[in-house]
Amino acid sequence: MVKVIVDGIPVDVPNGSSVLQACEKAGKEIPRFCYHEKLSVAGNCRMCMVEVVGSRKPLVSSCTQPVMNGIEIRTDSEMVRAARRSTIELLLINHPLDCPICDQGGECDLQDQTLGYGRDCSRFRDKKRAVTDKYLGPLVRTVMTRCIQCTRCVRFMNEIAGTAELGGIYRGTNLEITPYLEQAIYSELSGNLIDVCPVGALTAKPTAFRFRSWELKNTDSIDVVDALGTNITLQVRGSEVLRILPRRNDDVNEFWLSDKGRFSLDGLKRRRLDRPWIRQNGKLVESNWDDALQFVVDKLKSSKKERIGAIAGNLCDVESMFALKNLINKLGSDNLDCRQDSAYYDTSYRGHYVFNSTLNGIDEADALLIIGSFPRQESPVLNARIRKRWLSLTEQFPIAFIGEFLDNLTYKVDNLGDDPTLIHDLLQNKLLFNETLNNAKKPMIILGHGALIRNDAKIIFEKTLALAQKIGAISDDWNGFNILHHAASRVGGLDIEFYPKNKSLDTISMLEKGNIDLLWLLDADEIDLTQLSADCFVIYQGHHGDRSAERADIILPGATYTEKSGTYVNTEGRIQRSFRAVFPPGDAKEDWQIISLIAQSMNIELPYTNIYELRGCLAKTYPVFKSMGVDKNKMCSSIKNSEKNIKKQPLRSIISDYFLTNSISRASLTMQECSKARHANLTTKAAE
Amino acid sequence: MLDVKDRIYVNLHGHDDWKLAGARKRGDWDNTKAILKLGREKIVKEIIDSGLRGRGGAGFSTGLKWSFMPKEEGPLPHYLVINGDESEPGTCKDREVLRHEPHKIVEGALLASFAIGAHVAYIYIRGEYYNEAKRLQIAIDEAYDARLIGKNACGSGWDFDFYIHQGAGAYICGEETAQLESLEGKKGQPRLKPPFPAGKGLYGCPTTINNVESISVTPTIMRKSAVWFSSIGRKNNTGPKLMAISGHIQTPCVFEEALGLPLKEIIERHGGGVRGGWDNLLAVIPGGTSMPMLNKEVCETVIMDFDGMRDAGSGLGTAGIVVMDQSTDLIQAIARISQFYKHESCGQCTPCREGSNWVLKVMQRMTEGRAEIEEIDMLMDVTKHIETTTICAMGMSVAWPVQALIRNFRPMMEQRIMDYKKTHGGVIQVQVPAAAPVLG
Amino acid sequence: MSENKMNIQPTDFTFDKESEKQIALVLAKYPKARKASAVIPLLYIVQDQMKRLTKSAWIPKIAMSVIAKRLEIAPIRVFEIATFYTMFNLEPIGQYHLQVCGTTPCWLRGSDDIVAACKKATGIKEYGETSKDGLFTLSEVECLGACANAPILQVDRDYYEDMDGQKTIELIEALKRGEKLTPGSAINRKSSEPVSQKQSLPENLRTK
Ligand SMILES: Cc1cc2nc3c(=O)[nH]c(=O)nc-3n(C[C@H](O)[C@H](O)[C@H](O)COP(=O)(O)O)c2cc1C
Ligand code: SF4
Ligand code: FES
Repeated sequence: MVKVIVDGIPVDVPNGSSVLQACEKAGKEIPRFCYHEKLSVAGNCRMCMVEVVGSRKPLVSSCTQPVMNGIEIRTDSEMVRAARRSTIELLLINHPLDCPICDQGGECDLQDQTLGYGRDCSRFRDKKRAVTDKYLGPLVRTVMTRCIQCTRCVRFMNEIAGTAELGGIYRGTNLEITPYLEQAIYSELSGNLIDVCPVGALTAKPTAFRFRSWELKNTDSIDVVDALGTNITLQVRGSEVLRILPRRNDDVNEFWLSDKGRFSLDGLKRRRLDRPWIRQNGKLVESNWDDALQFVVDKLKSSKKERIGAIAGNLCDVESMFALKNLINKLGSDNLDCRQDSAYYDTSYRGHYVFNSTLNGIDEADALLIIGSFPRQESPVLNARIRKRWLSLTEQFPIAFIGEFLDNLTYKVDNLGDDPTLIHDLLQNKLLFNETLNNAKKPMIILGHGALIRNDAKIIFEKTLALAQKIGAISDDWNGFNILHHAASRVGGLDIEFYPKNKSLDTISMLEKGNIDLLWLLDADEIDLTQLSADCFVIYQGHHGDRSAERADIILPGATYTEKSGTYVNTEGRIQRSFRAVFPPGDAKEDWQIISLIAQSMNIELPYTNIYELRGCLAKTYPVFKSMGVDKNKMCSSIKNSEKNIKKQPLRSIISDYFLTNSISRASLTMQECSKARHANLTTKAAE
Repeated sequence: MLDVKDRIYVNLHGHDDWKLAGARKRGDWDNTKAILKLGREKIVKEIIDSGLRGRGGAGFSTGLKWSFMPKEEGPLPHYLVINGDESEPGTCKDREVLRHEPHKIVEGALLASFAIGAHVAYIYIRGEYYNEAKRLQIAIDEAYDARLIGKNACGSGWDFDFYIHQGAGAYICGEETAQLESLEGKKGQPRLKPPFPAGKGLYGCPTTINNVESISVTPTIMRKSAVWFSSIGRKNNTGPKLMAISGHIQTPCVFEEALGLPLKEIIERHGGGVRGGWDNLLAVIPGGTSMPMLNKEVCETVIMDFDGMRDAGSGLGTAGIVVMDQSTDLIQAIARISQFYKHESCGQCTPCREGSNWVLKVMQRMTEGRAEIEEIDMLMDVTKHIETTTICAMGMSVAWPVQALIRNFRPMMEQRIMDYKKTHGGVIQVQVPAAAPVLG
Repeated sequence: MSENKMNIQPTDFTFDKESEKQIALVLAKYPKARKASAVIPLLYIVQDQMKRLTKSAWIPKIAMSVIAKRLEIAPIRVFEIATFYTMFNLEPIGQYHLQVCGTTPCWLRGSDDIVAACKKATGIKEYGETSKDGLFTLSEVECLGACANAPILQVDRDYYEDMDGQKTIELIEALKRGEKLTPGSAINRKSSEPVSQKQSLPENLRTK
C-alpha cells in the first residue's frame, strides 16, 4: 500500500495504482476521455491532468502516472483547471457543434465535460476539419467528424473483441479511425463500441434519431439470448423498449453485452401474439381469454394424464416453468422437459451441469480445454473473458480445442480436431496437451452442447468428468469442470427438475408419433414438430408467432422477458432477477399467470396467488433459490467412468446462425440484416 | 577552437576512403579487443568521466544512461538502439558520419552494446537516407567479414550482431520511444513514460537509445581517454561536437568544433559570416528548429554549448544552426516551421494533434497580417498549454519557435496586423474574446 | 482514396523472386516472434517491386493484405503503417518522383525557385500532381536532413544538393532524355565542407 494525499485527503492505494485511481478513492472526480477501466491505458486525451505538488513537471496525466509514496496531488488548482479548459478547447476546435442532432446528446462525455470544465466560448476562428464517415455494418453508425481520436474503439476491438478491424490511419490532425475493409465489422460484440465511444462518433444505427437519452426510463433486467445472464438495463419510453444497455457487473459481463442481446429489440415488437388464437377447421382464428381458457380446460380434462406433456423453451423464466411443472404434476403427469435439444445432463449434483469455475475463475485458470463448444457464438461475452485471460501477460494460458472450429476464436488455440475420441487419448495421457493439463494448477475444461446433444453424450460426459478429476481440475479450492450452456432457461429448468423422472417422457419421446395426446409448449420454438401425430393437441404458450405457433391448436399469448419480472439462472448457476419494463401487448399476459388461471379454471389449487408467494414456494421446494447470486462450493462427485467408448463421429457446433437463435431475434429485422451481412462478409473473406 | 589533432571525425567530408581499410588507417578498430577487455564497468565509467552528453538533443549523460541498464542479463535480452533518424530541420550531421565514417558507428555500437550487456544492436536510419544506409551496410558487412563483429567479436568472446532498420518518413520516430514502436512494426507514436526504455524498451526488454554521434565518439574516447575528451570545451559541456550551419551565411557546412565557443565566432569562422555582414543578421536558431530563436543582440555574446544556450533561454539541441538575415520574413519562416511540426505530429495526444494545426493556421494568417492583435496573446497562451500537456517533447517543438518569435519580435507581428487592417479598410475580422489566464 | 482511383487497384499481388530474396534477408534481422518488425521493410519491397514491374513505385491495397498474412498481423495494422509514414505512395505515381524540401532551412536558401522550376519543366501545377507524360510526380517533403547543402531536390532516392532553378531544369530535361545526372552537390563540392575549404585532408591526419 502507498499513501497519497489528494487535495489534503490522505488515501491508501495499492502499489502500482495510477494517480487517477488514487483520486477516485479520495472521492475526487477526474474528467477523462481515453481512459476506460477495462481497456489498456492510452493516455492520449490529456484531459485527466492533475498537479503533483513540488514536482519538476507538476502537470501529469493521472491515468498514466503511477502513484509514489507520499506524493501530494491537487485536482483543483488553477493550473489543473487551466489545463482542462485548454484541452477541452483543443478537442472542440475540430468537433462539430451539432449536439442538437446528435444521438449522443445528453449522454456525451464531451458535452458534459465542456459544461463542467470548458471555457465559455472558443477562440478558434479557422475552418474545422471534416472526416468522411465509415461503413461498419448494420449496427454501428459513424459520424467521424465527431471523433476525438481517443482510440477507445480501436483498443476495444483489439483487446476485448479480439478482432482487430479498426485502426487509426494517417497521422497528426489527419488521424482517422477506420476499418480496413469497408464492410460490416466481424464481431459479436460490436455494439459495445457505441458504449465505449465517449462522443457521438459511433452511435446505434438501428435506433438512430429515435429518441433522446433523457426521455428514457431505466429498468434492470437480465439478457436471455444466451445463458450468460448478462446484466442489462432496459430503456423505455411509453410502452416501448427503445434501447438495451449492458449494466456493469464485474462478476458476470463487466461492461459488455452481445450484439444479439442489444439489438434484437426490434424483434420485441414484431410478430407478437397479442391475443389468444384457436384452431377451427384447420385454421387459426382470433379468440379471447374466456373461450381459450375453456377450450384448454376441456382438452386437459379429456386427456389421459400420462398422455399429457410439456416442453419449456430457451427463454423461459424460472417462475413460469415452476408453475407449469406444478400444474402438469397436479394433473398427474411427469412428462416434462426443459431440454429442447435433448441434451444429456447428470443431475445428481448441481456441479455436474453448471460452469463451476465461474467467470471470475477464468481469470485465475492456467490451462483450458474446450470440448464440443464454440464459445464465441454460444456466449460472446464469456468468450471475451477467455480472451482477456489469454492476453494477460502475467502467465501463459494454453488452450486446446476439440470440436468444430468455425473460425477465429479471438485467442490462440491448439486445435486438436473434431474427433471426440481424443478424450480417450487424453485419459490415457497420450497427447502433448496432457503435459500442459498435468502441470496446470488450475486447469479448466469447458464441455459444450456440441457434445451433450449426441447419442453418446453420457459417455462423453462421464469420461470428461473423469478427465477433470484425473488432471486435478476438481479440488477443495478449485473446480475446473464446466458446462457451457446456451439456453437462458436451462440451468433454472434443471434446478427445478423440469425434466422427466422414472419412465416419464422426454422431449424426443414426446415428439415421436403417437406417444402423447396433448403437448404444452412453453416458448418452445427450437424443436421439430413434424413427427407429432396429427391428432395431438398442441397448446402453444409464447410471445412470438414463430415456428411452433404454426402447429398450435391453441395459442396463449405470453410475455417476453422485458414484460415480466423473472428469475434466471445463468450457466454458472448464478441466480438473478429481472424486472418488468413494459406491459405485454394487447391481451397477452405474464406466463405464470396464464398457467395459474388455467389451474383455477380447473379447480386445481396451486399454493400461490401472486409472484411473491410463488417465489416463496419455489425457494421452499428448491432451496438454491433462497438467495440471489452464485454459490461457490458446488460439488462434483466421482461417478463411475463409463466402460463404453465414445463414437468416432465428428463433433458439430450447435449454432448455425449466431444472429437468429431464438424467436425474438428471428423476428428482428436488425438481426436478419446482420445475418445477411455476416454471410457476405464471410464470402469476401473466403475469396481473399 | 578545436585543434586539428583533436578532431574525431577526420573524414567528416569524405575526402578519404570510408571503407574498412581507410578507417583502419585513421585509427578505427585499433585493438578494440583491448578496450573490451577492460570490462563493462570500466567502459561505462570512462564514458561517464568524459562528460559526454547525448548528442541527440536532450544532452543527457551518455555514460550515466548506460549505467541504468540492469547489471546482469536476466531472462530478457538487452538491446542497443542507435538513433539515426536525424529529422530535425537544420540538422545534418549524422548523415556525414553515416556515409563518411561508418566504421566509427559500427565500432561504437560494439563498445556500447558490450557496455550495456547487449548482443544485438539496431540502428534506426531515416528512410530518406537510402544511400547513406547502403554505405553503412557495406561497412557492417566488412566488419562481419573481418570478424570485428558477429560471433566472438574482435576475439573478445562477446557475440554481437548489428542490423540496420530504416524508417519511412516520420520525424517523430526520432523520439526514442516512438522509434521503438516503429522498430516493432507499429506506428511511430511515443510511449508513455514510465516505464523507461532501460527497464522496458524494445520488445519489452531493457534498451538503451543513443544518437549516432553519441555512439560513434565513444571508441575515440576510449582510445584517447576521458581526460582528453573532458579537457575540450567547458565544464559540463565537454568534447568536440558536430555542428551544422545553414541559412543566410556564406559557407553552409557541417563541421566539428569544440563546445564552449561564442556563437558569433562559429558563424564567422565556419559559416564564413552572415550574408551581407554581421549587421545584416536578424535572428539565429541555434540547435535545430525546435529550439527558440535568438535575436541579434543575444547572438553577439552567447556561448555555443548546452549551458550557454540554456542560459540564453534556448538550447543546444542538435547544434544545427540556422541563420536568418534582414531579408527574411521571420513570421513566414516560423510559420513554415509550424507547418513542419503540424505535418509531423503523430496524432496521438490532443494538444499536439489539435494544437499544432491550430498554431499553424493562426501563424499563416499572422504571416499575411490577417489576424487580431489579441491573437498574439492567445498564441502564447495556447502554446504554453501545448508545451506542458503533451505526451512527448514534441509539444515543446510546436510551442517554442512561436513563443520565441513573440518574445523577440512582437512589434513586427503587430505591425503586420496593423498594415493588413490599413490596406483592408481596418475591418475587424472576428471578435476574439479576451485571453484566458496564462498557464503556470 | 477517391472513387476513381480505387479501380486502378489490382486484384492480386504476389512477391516476385527478387522480392522473396530480400524478404528472407529482412526477416533474419528480427527475433522470430517479432516479425511484425518487418512491416516497413516489406512495404518498401512491395513499392520497389511495383517500380520494377510497372515503373511506378506504389503500394496497392491488396499488397497490404499479403504483407499482413506473411507477418501474421491484422491487415489494418499494415494499413495504419502505410498511411502513417509519408514515404509510401498509396496511389500510382510518375516514373520519377520529384520531392522538393520546403522546410525553413531550404526555404531560406531558395526552395521556392526549385518548386517553380519543377513546375515549369514538367507542366505540373500543384503538389501531388503527375505530369501528363506520366514521367514526373511533384511532392513537397519536409526537411530531408541535408540542410548544409540546401536547397535539396530529391529524385526518387537520390539527393540533388545545392540546387537552383536553372540546374533543376537541366536535371529534369536530362531525365526526360533518359539520362541520369550524378546526385550530390551541384556546385562541385565533395559533400558538406565549406566551399572555401581545401579539397583534401591535411596529410598528418591520414594516419592515426
Ligand atoms: C520529437 C523528437 C524528435 C527527436 N528526434 C531525434 C533524432 O532525429 N535523432 C536523435 O538522435 N534524437 C532525437 N530525439 C531525441 C531522442 O528522443 C533521444 O533523446 C536521443 O536519441 C537520445 O540519444 P542521446 O542521449 O545520445 O542524445 C528526438 C526527440 C524528440 C522529442
Ligand atoms: S506530442 Fe505529438 S508527437 Fe508527441 S505523442 Fe503527442 S501527438 Fe504524438
Ligand atoms: S484519461 Fe488520462 S490522458 Fe485520457
